[in-house]
Amino acid sequence: MIRLTINGIPAEVEEGTSVREAARFLGIPIPTLCHEDGLTPYGACRLCLVEIGEAPRTKLVASCTQRAEAGMRVRTNSAAVERARKLLLELYVATCPQSKRIQDLASAMGMRQCRYEPKHELCIQCGLCVRMCEQQMMAGAIGFAYRGARRKVSRPFDMTSELCRQCGACLYICPVCELRCQGASAESTLCNGCLNFSPVCMQSYDDAMCFLDPCHACELPGPFRADVHVRLQPEKILKSPGEPE
Amino acid sequence: MSDPRPLLRNVDDLAAAATRGRKTLYPDHPKILVGMATCGQAAGATEVLDAVREEVERNGLPYLVAETGCIGWCGQEPLVDVWLPGRGRVTYGRMKPGRARQIVRGISEDLKLEWAIGWMPGDENALSGKWTSYLDSHNGQFKGVPAYRDIPMFRRQMRVVLRNSGLITPQNLDEYIARGGYFALHRALTAMQPEEIIDHVTRSGLRGRGGAGFPTGKKWAALRRQRATPKYLICNGDEGDPGAYMDRTELESDPHAVIEGMILGAYATGASEGIIYVREEYPLAVARMLEAIAQTEAAGLLGADIFGSGFAFRLRVVKGAGAFVCGEETALIASVEGRVGEPRPRPPFPVEKGLWGKPTCINNVETWANIPVIVMRGGDWYASIGTATSKGTKTFCLVGQVNNTGLIEVPMGITLREIVEEIGGGVPKGRRVKAVQTGGPSGGCVPAEQFDLPVDYESLTKAGSIMGSGGMIVMDNSTCMVDIAKYFLGFLQDESCGKCFTCREGTQRLREVVTRISEGKGREEDLALLEDLSWLVKNASLCGLGQTAPNSVLSTLRYFREEYLAHIRERKCPAKVCRELITFTIDPVTCNGCGACVQVCSGQAILGEKKKLHVIEQARCTKCGACLETCKFDAVLVH
Amino acid sequence: MFGAPTRLPMTQVELEKADGILEQFEDARGNLIPILQEVQSHFYYLPEEILRRIARKLHVPAAQIYQVATFYRCFSLKPRGKHLVQVCLGTACHVRGGQRILERVETETGAGASGTSPDFEFTVEPVRCLGCCALAPVMRVDRDTVAHLEIGKVRGVVNRYRPKARKETGNV
Repeated sequence: MIRLTINGIPAEVEEGTSVREAARFLGIPIPTLCHEDGLTPYGACRLCLVEIGEAPRTKLVASCTQRAEAGMRVRTNSAAVERARKLLLELYVATCPQSKRIQDLASAMGMRQCRYEPKHELCIQCGLCVRMCEQQMMAGAIGFAYRGARRKVSRPFDMTSELCRQCGACLYICPVCELRCQGASAESTLCNGCLNFSPVCMQSYDDAMCFLDPCHACELPGPFRADVHVRLQPEKILKSPGEPE
Repeated sequence: MSDPRPLLRNVDDLAAAATRGRKTLYPDHPKILVGMATCGQAAGATEVLDAVREEVERNGLPYLVAETGCIGWCGQEPLVDVWLPGRGRVTYGRMKPGRARQIVRGISEDLKLEWAIGWMPGDENALSGKWTSYLDSHNGQFKGVPAYRDIPMFRRQMRVVLRNSGLITPQNLDEYIARGGYFALHRALTAMQPEEIIDHVTRSGLRGRGGAGFPTGKKWAALRRQRATPKYLICNGDEGDPGAYMDRTELESDPHAVIEGMILGAYATGASEGIIYVREEYPLAVARMLEAIAQTEAAGLLGADIFGSGFAFRLRVVKGAGAFVCGEETALIASVEGRVGEPRPRPPFPVEKGLWGKPTCINNVETWANIPVIVMRGGDWYASIGTATSKGTKTFCLVGQVNNTGLIEVPMGITLREIVEEIGGGVPKGRRVKAVQTGGPSGGCVPAEQFDLPVDYESLTKAGSIMGSGGMIVMDNSTCMVDIAKYFLGFLQDESCGKCFTCREGTQRLREVVTRISEGKGREEDLALLEDLSWLVKNASLCGLGQTAPNSVLSTLRYFREEYLAHIRERKCPAKVCRELITFTIDPVTCNGCGACVQVCSGQAILGEKKKLHVIEQARCTKCGACLETCKFDAVLVH
Repeated sequence: MFGAPTRLPMTQVELEKADGILEQFEDARGNLIPILQEVQSHFYYLPEEILRRIARKLHVPAAQIYQVATFYRCFSLKPRGKHLVQVCLGTACHVRGGQRILERVETETGAGASGTSPDFEFTVEPVRCLGCCALAPVMRVDRDTVAHLEIGKVRGVVNRYRPKARKETGNV
């Protein structure tokens, strides 16, 4: 059994447990985009970073692939971790502004600016679809191809593989294309629908424990703009804007 | 080499081989050597060698003709060396077939010393520590030809790794043995315990020469402790840093040094199989290594029961397939396993779980080549060279805007100034030295003001760069630092394996911003953005490639911020490199209308009649610079 | 040396040759890259049909073979020209104008950005460091390394490899 502390709380886990699992055991949430129970941990999204080590030799590691080791002191919400998460999400929003998952995460961190040109890509290369196809569906019909800036998820030779059973698991597991965020507009890139959404539940309910997850902006009819407070008036429901590119 | 090799079973067999080797290494007839490493061949050495052979045969001259590796004087290739018994060895530079023939014909009367650049009166042998003089009693210098020990480029060098490079014929095993080769192995297998060898390596302070600088002794001790078998050793010859070719040279010029080092390492750590991983872009290195392994097997020094000790070790060569990231340990392992070169998170480290999940120790070519010397002279001897934390010597490829380009080996602790000015001979006339770039794409630029820095792992890291594998690129005031950052980011963007988001997306975005700045479209806020993004990529990436990717940006921002600001605020490129910010014109005063520029212009943008002033039509000018290069009258101006 | 490119579909003779190559290797995943290198050295690219056979031989899904074949730069899935021109874009070559040399080579050979000239005589690729930095700028054509390049010399070098009838002269 390995003994370590997470955010000051002691934990005892079996050998081979990842830091992420140890944190989950203690009920400490760590955001992720590429991790899914039942699939091997991948370590690509870098969102699950936590800080380990002692100053001045601290470092950020991906908790999903980092083995818990005896005496480790893990911090899941230190200043460095928060800075990293914010900068990461800024990049994610710029890559895929129409992903609701990503916009929700950005709102939860109170993000107010996105300094990059939006790319409107449809894939963050989290690898979930590839691992799902290989490990859960036992097909292996898709995979990554090329590398670096040209890397992408691909069918072999750009043709549907004979191993593909059309099960749709890849679509199901994708964090980007599952649900489109309706709130992000071309000018602002950031949705922040929930941050500008009024009334905020806390003002109405004393006991609500609001984690801003998920953001309700999209689940309500009508267009939202990030810089405008909108009062909800059912009779003024407008059609949702067309699918972003 | 198709003669059946005699087996080398004991020290007497080695001594016999050494005697044979000395007959060709220090013969009593004149001998002509031609440098035939890849850069020699690229400069035309093959034609020179053919001409020499042909001349000797045609005239029935009793001279030996042989190939050799690289002595490090790359800027003077092709090199021809003439050995005159009792008088030493004379080096001729910038040889052409015609001149080489004249030298061969003139060996007894006219040595054509006007083409000679150096004279070797003897050699130092790092394995024995002894100086062998080539001279007999009444012979002194050659008139007007400097001795190597007086030449600034060589005076400060200390050749431990490169002990045989350029001296022996690499394909000749006897010559390697004549210089002390395989005697360290014999001593180790017959008179030393594995722990003793690890102890020497630890005491030597040798640190991984691939760039990371991890203490080699510590790695070996960790491998020895592992229980799982088989244990593997890997030689990392995936020298991907542009501007670095030390490993290529060692593999081509002295492959046996690496082989001997690995056999010693296997004996010390209990490994039974070894792989030498060589880049696919180095076909000659692959060929020479395969040849050397075959020779060593035929001699009984690889395989079972080496020197009758009962110890067995096998080596094979694996070729890379064109991926810089495969220089990273875990990506290299993935490549050998038939997978894409995607690094794995560590722990577990390769020493624990490496190739095929078994304990594996990976060391760089240069690290392995040091081992026989450390075993022979002892770890304490090696530790007497260098600084407190960086022991021994280091090879460097001194290239770029410097007068003496080439491969050098110097003791750690020498300053950058000594390397650039003394050994390198400074920058070309009329230019100012600006910076030295070390560590390849993972490294940074050290500005001229810091040239009194000693070259060691810690100092370079503190200055914002890294030691790296040994590439050292000198830059003068004609180099734009924003362009350099853009160049390295472009390289990393292609070579990143693409798995982790920060590296893949981060290098693209960094490049996007730097490119914007180089095109004159940068904004003041961009510098803060570059710093934030660099921090993220450095701290959040999965492997060393990503973690060091922002170094080019960070170090150029640190020392050359005013250049970035000039691009942003004034839309000017002070070094006149960034294409969108420069204009080419022709000076009406100096242009004589020769028309040479018209022939090479890629945009057909130059107009003018013969003998009359030529003009560049700006709309069609592609800024390729061909006219500037071609004009012999300095009439092309860049603004 | 470098022969005419093989175009799809493959002939029976070519397929038998490919099978012959595959038979030399054991069905071990670790042999994948050596197999690909061997196939490429015979056919000068990796035909799709052969890659599918390799997948069957090694008992792995085609997607994995495709991933490895596209990851490594030295493999090509498209037929290449007769002469492979590799222009070095290492740092030393870059500061001495390597990028401009590459552009000139692309224009002179007709390969352009796509890489292969329409007459299939040349394939032009950038490489990162051939290890001849002291002689920059450098490029390699087939097995010959050409050093100390200048933009003005590119046409002459390219012409050396053209078939006799079609040498380019005059302005570009």
